Amino acid sequence: MTADLATYNFAYLDEQTKRMIRRAILKAIAIPGYQVPFASREMPMPYGWGTGGVQVTASIIGPEDVLKVIDQGADDTTNAVSIRAFFQKVADVAVTTHTKDATIIQTRHRIPEQKLTEGQILVYQVPIPEPLRFLEPRETETRKMHALEEYGLMHVKLYEDIAINGRISKTYAYPVKVDGRYVMDPSPTPKFDNPKMHMSDALQLFGAGREKRIYAVPPHTQVVSLDFEDYPFEIQKFEQDCALCGAHGVYLDEVVLDDKGGRMFVCSDTDHCEDRREHGHVGAMLATDREAAE
Amino acid sequence: MAANTEAFSGGFSNPVFESQSVFRMVMDGMARPGTIRTVEQDAGQPDPLGSAAGAIALTLCDHDTPVWLSAGFSQSAVAEWIGFHSGAPITREKAEARFAFKEASSALSSFGLFSAGTQEYPDRSTTLVIEVEALGEGQELTLAGPGILHSTTAKVAGLPETFLRLWADNRTLFPRGIDVILTAGRHFLCLPRTTRING
Repeated sequence: MTADLATYNFAYLDEQTKRMIRRAILKAIAIPGYQVPFASREMPMPYGWGTGGVQVTASIIGPEDVLKVIDQGADDTTNAVSIRAFFQKVADVAVTTHTKDATIIQTRHRIPEQKLTEGQILVYQVPIPEPLRFLEPRETETRKMHALEEYGLMHVKLYEDIAINGRISKTYAYPVKVDGRYVMDPSPTPKFDNPKMHMSDALQLFGAGREKRIYAVPPHTQVVSLDFEDYPFEIQKFEQDCALCGAHGVYLDEVVLDDKGGRMFVCSDTDHCEDRREHGHVGAMLATDREAAE
Repeated sequence: MAANTEAFSGGFSNPVFESQSVFRMVMDGMARPGTIRTVEQDAGQPDPLGSAAGAIALTLCDHDTPVWLSAGFSQSAVAEWIGFHSGAPITREKAEARFAFKEASSALSSFGLFSAGTQEYPDRSTTLVIEVEALGEGQELTLAGPGILHSTTAKVAGLPETFLRLWADNRTLFPRGIDVILTAGRHFLCLPRTTRING
């Protein structure tokens, strides 16, 4: 019995906090791309570890949910493992690494390769929710710019990129316009993932703990990456295939193997890579390994 | 004194899990406007409040959310019930209300006095819960907008006749505007301000 005396409320947060966050989520869904201020709580992990995403997940999760947590696409890195363990402890929910089995996927900076479906919710951990923040540091001003739909500054930034570099050099946190109204920061996901946000079947929720903002993209909502007619938006393309599973057209991580220039490119989405290998797909380096073993 | 005991009875038997479950239905409903959800949880609300509306009040209202009630509700045990179970202050000022509950077949003259938020803070707006006769039958509405692939239809019986005109006005305020939840007994559907309705 004594062990039961000091337990946390289900999913860690107290009920009043959950109600406050739930109300913010509903308004965020009603105004796609608009950042709703909320009274972010101190969490048992530091800012920058996904406290915003954790608070959103804690407010929506129930005993029937199956949770997947990814960090840069991987299920097995520190941030993902610790957040998954946190929810196992405080909410006793089922967890998975398989994208297709999850009802809630909390993510740090990637969208899974496998297409998300109607019943799924993607929760993003967001460091800086304001897409205009590095152009205009004053909150009073950026708020007014959103209110007046005054996004000229962002287009100037992208234009200057082209003038200096010959192309739009932003490769992650690439600004998008949601439902033709609000310019939104998709969190530091590679721009490779931007097209997946457009008309997604899944609900997308964004939580920024330190900056105290929640925003959302409902399913089947237009999410358009900003660009120019003569410099259209393009995603990253990789010449190589994944060295382990041979996947083409997915987002790859570069892994340095030695100090003699040896390197390999592997899927950033570990679940996608493992699933392909289970189904018999073999990449170049896995094939060489097997031949060497035989 | 009968009204008093009514006010103290009811409430969720398991508030943590029941409010989570009701919230997920409301969230799903807001994310997919026009889809009809059914609340199985028993809020034990007094008449004439419907059970979906009662469950929504218990799930979302607290001391931070002033609640406005239409005449039929404010003259019944509903006001005391919401106050007792959620701690929400009851307000007579529509503009102060974060949530507003309106009983079936009462007149709806304007959304104008409810808060539509400001251009800077459009989230500071009222969510209006309107009881109608039935959902899934009656007048067919065609809905389009975020959360809806192409378009969808929803049938509503007993929608206030001014509603479609008021809703069209509400649409023009975007990003300001109120959000609506239509309830009928255990059923409800959500209409966030982004939804376009053709009657």
